[in-house]
Amino acid sequence: MTNRILYVLALSAGLAVGPAAAETPVTIGMITTLSTKAGYLGEDIRDGFQLAIDQGGGKLGGVPVELVVDDDGRKPEKGKQIAERFIKHDKVKILTGIVFSNVAMAVVPKVVREGVFYISPNAGPSRLAGKGCDENYFNVAWQNDNLHEVVGQYVNDKGFKNVYLLAPNYPAGKDALAGFKRFYKGKIAGEVYTKLGQSDYAAELATLRAAKPDAVFFFLPGGMGINFLKQYAQAGLNETIPVFGPAFSFDERLLKAVGGAAVGVRNGSQWSHDLDNPANKAFVDAFRKVYDRTPTLYASQGYDAAHLIGSALAATGGSLSDMDAFRAALERADFDSVRGKFRFGPNHHPIQDLYIREVIETPEGTITNRIEAKVFTDHADAYASECQM
Amino acid sequence: MLGMGLVALVALPPAMNALGETYLVSLFSRILIYALVAVSLDLILGYGGMVSLGHAAFFGIGGYVVGILAFHSYEAEPLFTWPFIFEGTENGLLTLPLAMLVSAFFALIIGFFSLRTTGMHFIMITLAFAQMLYYFSVSLEAYGGDDGLSLYARNQLPGINLGDDDSFYYLCLGILVIYLYVSHRLVNSRFGRVIQGVRENERRMQALGFATYRYKLVCFTIAGAGAGLAGALIANQTEFVSPGLMHWTRSGEILVMVLLGGMGTLFGPVLGAIVLLLLEEVLAIYTEHWMVLLGPFLVVVVLFAKRGLYGLLTGRKP
Amino acid sequence: MLLILEQLMNGLQLGVMLFLMSAGLTLVFGIMQVINLAHGSFYMVGAYTAATVTQLTGSFLLGLLAALPAAAAVGMLVEAVVLRRLYSRDHLDQVLATFGLILFFNELTRMIWGRQPLFMDVPDWLSGTVELFPGAPYPSYRLAVIGMGILVAVFLYLLFTRTRLGMQIRAGASNREMIAALGVNIRFLYTLVFGLGAMLAGLAGVMAGPILAVEAGMGEEILILTFVVIVIGGIGSIRGALIAALLVGMVDTLGRVFLPGLFRLFLPVAEADGIGASLASMSVYILMAAILVWRPRGLFPAQI
Repeated sequence: MTNRILYVLALSAGLAVGPAAAETPVTIGMITTLSTKAGYLGEDIRDGFQLAIDQGGGKLGGVPVELVVDDDGRKPEKGKQIAERFIKHDKVKILTGIVFSNVAMAVVPKVVREGVFYISPNAGPSRLAGKGCDENYFNVAWQNDNLHEVVGQYVNDKGFKNVYLLAPNYPAGKDALAGFKRFYKGKIAGEVYTKLGQSDYAAELATLRAAKPDAVFFFLPGGMGINFLKQYAQAGLNETIPVFGPAFSFDERLLKAVGGAAVGVRNGSQWSHDLDNPANKAFVDAFRKVYDRTPTLYASQGYDAAHLIGSALAATGGSLSDMDAFRAALERADFDSVRGKFRFGPNHHPIQDLYIREVIETPEGTITNRIEAKVFTDHADAYASECQM
Repeated sequence: MLGMGLVALVALPPAMNALGETYLVSLFSRILIYALVAVSLDLILGYGGMVSLGHAAFFGIGGYVVGILAFHSYEAEPLFTWPFIFEGTENGLLTLPLAMLVSAFFALIIGFFSLRTTGMHFIMITLAFAQMLYYFSVSLEAYGGDDGLSLYARNQLPGINLGDDDSFYYLCLGILVIYLYVSHRLVNSRFGRVIQGVRENERRMQALGFATYRYKLVCFTIAGAGAGLAGALIANQTEFVSPGLMHWTRSGEILVMVLLGGMGTLFGPVLGAIVLLLLEEVLAIYTEHWMVLLGPFLVVVVLFAKRGLYGLLTGRKP
Repeated sequence: MLLILEQLMNGLQLGVMLFLMSAGLTLVFGIMQVINLAHGSFYMVGAYTAATVTQLTGSFLLGLLAALPAAAAVGMLVEAVVLRRLYSRDHLDQVLATFGLILFFNELTRMIWGRQPLFMDVPDWLSGTVELFPGAPYPSYRLAVIGMGILVAVFLYLLFTRTRLGMQIRAGASNREMIAALGVNIRFLYTLVFGLGAMLAGLAGVMAGPILAVEAGMGEEILILTFVVIVIGGIGSIRGALIAALLVGMVDTLGRVFLPGLFRLFLPVAEADGIGASLASMSVYILMAAILVWRPRGLFPAQI
């Protein structure tokens, strides 16, 4: 904490005397979720993004940038309001930052039509990957289904035959289970949709035990996942039925809150802090040093989004007047991703490797993720064929 | 003072455009829409003494009427084909009245049951109905469920290009002024005096021979229609609808606008909407923890401005 | 059959949690006629204090012992600084002020503890399961929650029927002036009752900590259900709160379990699950609306 305060102080002092004389910076607008329970997601995306800027001395791709951030409070209309202010008041040509699909669906289709680039560091709703894709929309994280697909494939490979599925009753929940089933071929022991924001899962767990599955796949982001995992362990189920899920319930900050109840759980992700490549090592070390915590996948996505933008700025010398040139530069994705190799598919969504991570307890007692296996190589999303640009 | 306020609101778009702050025009469109829904809540709250914590339900219904009609129009797929063919539409002359009608209908049903209760129980039963509608909209998979529904464009009105932010702003302002005028006439009519009499002492009004339940139900329905109209406008303003419009916290926010501005006055809620939304916007610029300032501000207003901001400004009793 | 019994236990346990929350709120409402939306904040204070102290000391009991006075102290502070000035005012002023307090407490929590949820686990001596019915192990901790709820119910019963303080509180509820005339310091009594209510909410927060995510804003979800409970039970009635809490707990739990299955009897599976789940989310509100239409003042519209 003190580290961070000193750092911020130093930074603001630097800003006050620093780049005033230089050329006018490119403004990047970040609409993200900082309040509400999900506020830590936006915080990590912002911190990852800011880290990339700070490492470049206030520049991305050698071009001075200014990041303006505002909190959407997870409300679609608020997100839209902020987008409008960024575009009209701050003359922003590049937007990024949105955490949730519903905010993205309210903001993105409109702004990309108006000739603004949107780089998604998190939400990847299927519509924007398929029929609703746009030449000015790039997703640098994943299409929503990806992290569920990788778990489906893994569970299938491991020979599980009777899996119990659980997700909240909303579109992302349905998509999650559909993504899982796209690659899992065995029987479904049960499929349960819970209330969005539900906190007590005792009833669902009793039903689950009675169904006698040989594995459980669940998608319950945020606090819902903490509740579920704690209660799953308390019911003694973690000793008999293995659990699988996407990385959203197993990021490094949530794991602190779940504690031992998560140990042994396998989860699907496109990134992990122990991925062995130089860009990632540098990122994780720097992030830990500045913010005094291990980065989450959200932070890595924010960091990659910044470097992607930087690569395009470098290619055009900081000019956004030629949109086609800037877009072509983005499409090349010529940056060192913390994921190792990274490229865009025809629908501007990632083609990337996907992994299964295991939650472990280190000898020092920290609960953290470790890469267990690479399941997909150069995986693309299922909607690319529907996209016509 | 009111005249000055109106002049300021009319002059806002050209002034902002001259200053290059065009985004403020659309921010103020949103504020005016919230002012409209706050005024409609004040009709039942301030004048009728009915504290509803489910007003956002009608706001959301109005939004969904616009959203669903636009969706069917865009997909060129009739909404239903039996007993007659009902096509989607993006014509504002149809969508806005329909939004009011449908919201009024829901208000009538909800009011029919809720108005049997009073006080705290009324607060909670309106909340219950709103929550039911909220979860219902979450389960509307065809219309995006919790993700909501994007409109491709704003509705059309003859002679006005709603896609233009200034025109849209003037439409909102015009509707708000008309609604204020109608409300003003309403509360000063015989009907309005009965309603206010019910607020002061329902038993006495009954003893005087008034069927108070019916008066309250009519008032509740009119307020629902107003909220539906505001919902239809917000759907057009953001070109998006989602269940979040109906969440109980939204009802709470609208309630806060009315109380902050001063209930039982027509201009209080307008002031409340302006102050609350501008505060959100401004405080957020200074600190990401803006709510830690907004909270105590509300407490201070309650403690020291007993009749809300409007009362504080005018010194007038509500 | 066993499954139904187990689900009834789950419903009972949820009901007990709701009772802990609603007892305090209905007390405050019944006696002081004040609507306190910030009641959920005391629940959060309880959970955060317990989680922090438990993490520092490693002892759940110390966490519990620290959380109760902390919640009570915050409650009494809120009463003395804000609510005391609002007793004579309109309910709406109370709503607005306490809504402001919610915003303040949530954001303050984020500033102090950061945005991510806190860790809190079941103490070792309550971890594991008990085989209540053969083949259906039940978490010991949840049994402890049920036990705690019964203990609190008994405590409140004794407090109100057997002690001088309890009688003063009851008298104060029915006739404020009289009790003041009898020389009881009514102002102090109110602060005390408010502290007691806050402490019960804090207790609910502590008990919830190991089961649920400890996060800013955790109070609002349960707050709404708590209001549902006290309105169904009849405002101001502790007995009503107890019965309504169990009713709501049962309806919510059993609705979640059985509604999707019910719809599967006559609808395709995917649709049945969707509709069943949506209806289950609404079940509590449908229950409340139905009860209020039937009995507009709740089940037990009594004084304490």
